[in-house]
Amino acid sequence: MLEQELMFTEAINEAMFAAMEQSDDVLCYGLGVDDPLRIFQTTKGLVEKFPERVFDMPTAENGMTGIGVGVALAGMRPVMVHQRLDFFLLAFDQLVNSAAKWHYMFNGQRSVPITIRLIIGRGWGQGPTHAQNLHALFAHIPGLKVVMPTTPQDAKQMLLESIFDNNPVVFLEHRWLHNQTGMVEENHCLNESNYLPMHKARVVEEGEDITIVSMSYLTIEAMRAIEALKSQGINAELIDLRSIKPIDWETIENSVDKTGRLLVLDTGATTGSVAGEIVAHISENKFSALKSAPKRLAMPDIPEPTSYGLTKNYYFGAKEIAEHAHYIIKNVEVIDLYQGLIREGHHDVPGAYFKGPF
Amino acid sequence: MLIDNLEHQQKILEKLYLIRDLEEAIAEHYPEGEMRCPTHLSIGQEGVPAALSVCLSHDDFAVSTHRSHAHYLAKGGCPKAMVAEIYGKASGCSGGRGGSMHLIDESVGFKGSTAIVGNTIPIGVGLALSQKIRKKKNISVVFVGDGAIEEGVFYEAANFAAVKGLPVLFVCENNLYSVYSGLENRQPKGREIHKMVEGLGLKTYSGDGNDVVSSHQLLAQAVDDIKQGQGPIFVELSTYRWREHCGPNYDNQLGYRSEEEFLTWQKLEPIARFEKWLQDNNLMTQQTMADIRQQVNKTIKQAFIFAKSSPFPDASTLADHVYAAGGQ
Repeated sequence: MLEQELMFTEAINEAMFAAMEQSDDVLCYGLGVDDPLRIFQTTKGLVEKFPERVFDMPTAENGMTGIGVGVALAGMRPVMVHQRLDFFLLAFDQLVNSAAKWHYMFNGQRSVPITIRLIIGRGWGQGPTHAQNLHALFAHIPGLKVVMPTTPQDAKQMLLESIFDNNPVVFLEHRWLHNQTGMVEENHCLNESNYLPMHKARVVEEGEDITIVSMSYLTIEAMRAIEALKSQGINAELIDLRSIKPIDWETIENSVDKTGRLLVLDTGATTGSVAGEIVAHISENKFSALKSAPKRLAMPDIPEPTSYGLTKNYYFGAKEIAEHAHYIIKNVEVIDLYQGLIREGHHDVPGAYFKGPF
Repeated sequence: MLIDNLEHQQKILEKLYLIRDLEEAIAEHYPEGEMRCPTHLSIGQEGVPAALSVCLSHDDFAVSTHRSHAHYLAKGGCPKAMVAEIYGKASGCSGGRGGSMHLIDESVGFKGSTAIVGNTIPIGVGLALSQKIRKKKNISVVFVGDGAIEEGVFYEAANFAAVKGLPVLFVCENNLYSVYSGLENRQPKGREIHKMVEGLGLKTYSGDGNDVVSSHQLLAQAVDDIKQGQGPIFVELSTYRWREHCGPNYDNQLGYRSEEEFLTWQKLEPIARFEKWLQDNNLMTQQTMADIRQQVNKTIKQAFIFAKSSPFPDASTLADHVYAAGGQ
């Protein structure tokens, strides 16, 4: 299999090209898809190649979502993009009452194969309304699929799969993943035998001592945490959830059967979180397999503030993940053991390369 | 364009009778307690959909609102499947999952009606976008009321339709009320909806929606203009809802509108006026009209027999259709 190293954004771009080449029914629209910045380069080159199927839109999130539902009901496969998830909240009528319901309320006669790409901000003062992780809100709605890819390979494959899925899919991209690089297969055939279907979680690392379930950017932090845990003799099994709705219970249950311990990470607020859902499900279904109380580590029920000063301790990362895993296994609180996991540089950027503005 | 074609005259009359008499039958049977869903009747508002019915083909799309029985029937939707749907039966057009407010008949281009005010406006515009991208000659009709004009999504969708020059016909039946709230509480005094919409960059027409002949002229012209590539058109037609907002009864005793207002509008009702026009112009005999109505009532009777005798969907199918299978 031919592979090349790509950034997450380049992988998204490749998926868009592949999908639009594969089918004349695929559309791409959103505010700025054809502007000079091209949605962080993810829509680069598209309008030049497909001028009739790639278009800018009025700043009308709800109306334009409904228009996407309409073209989808005529058999097309629109991909709508928002540079921040938070703007898409204006479109909840069309998402919840139309896209999610149509197939069910009309007895399966027509489905709505729309893909909605939403980019989640973090840091650099994105603040209360440019940094919300609302995957739990989407996952609560029957009829929607919700995915959060972490790696460039998953970004490409899962976007292709979302576009050609017959259901509405909310495709969530964490802005701090956009510059991550990884090997990506050039082939984009969804029928390859080695490919992991979109609804399946990925076991990133196998281990016997504890199951850590993570999603999106937190998988990057968790990978650093499990390396540090190894040096303490703890072998964690890391599962990247990938699909938020539906959740791949089989993979999580099998892991908990093996490890007997569970830590679930969540980029969203604690109350009503996906992490809470997973803890509840495992408590209900795997109680006897558990050696200790399952734990969720999600964001506090506080909006993200804007100030550099206020965000200092807002997010948790590899250090806190390692400390919680350590505590679950050893039942002792550790101080200073995982200090080395604190990332160097400014706390509010994914790396020194990031100079804002959003 | 007067309705100069006998076939069209008969079809319009047939639609008028079908809508009126089927709705009256629903009102009659509703108290039996077997139609267990919110039901919004179109009695008094038959004129506009009937007039439009002869201007469209099955390849044209239409979407509608909570008050969609008339639109569904005018577009050619199956009466049996509609009545069965209101009865919650497996043979209903939505298999009992939708009820009165979620009608669909894909075979005639009726792409769906939904319950949330304004919800299908952008969907209809999206259907028109698909027609433009695919270079089809057909149009999409979006039925709205005066209330939906107040929704932000109307502005959003109409704006986009104008930007892209989409083949969409907005048909606004202005019946003066949103539930029990009069226009005077909802829109500025003296506003004419079609004039406001003209300001958005759409071509507009307006007229008396209870005058089938003139409504047909406007609508036929609008459909023709759109098919000629003139872009979206908005037609505002005045009309009046006779019964309560939701349910089978008259509700003038509630006091939100006067008996006098009601009686004034009732005199302007579309069916008698159309019958008179046909007679005055020697286009149809009373006997032919009676025959058409009799035929329509057979259809209605059969629809109720069909609906009542159809089984409910099996409770075991509850979870079917949450997701569509597969992909491409």
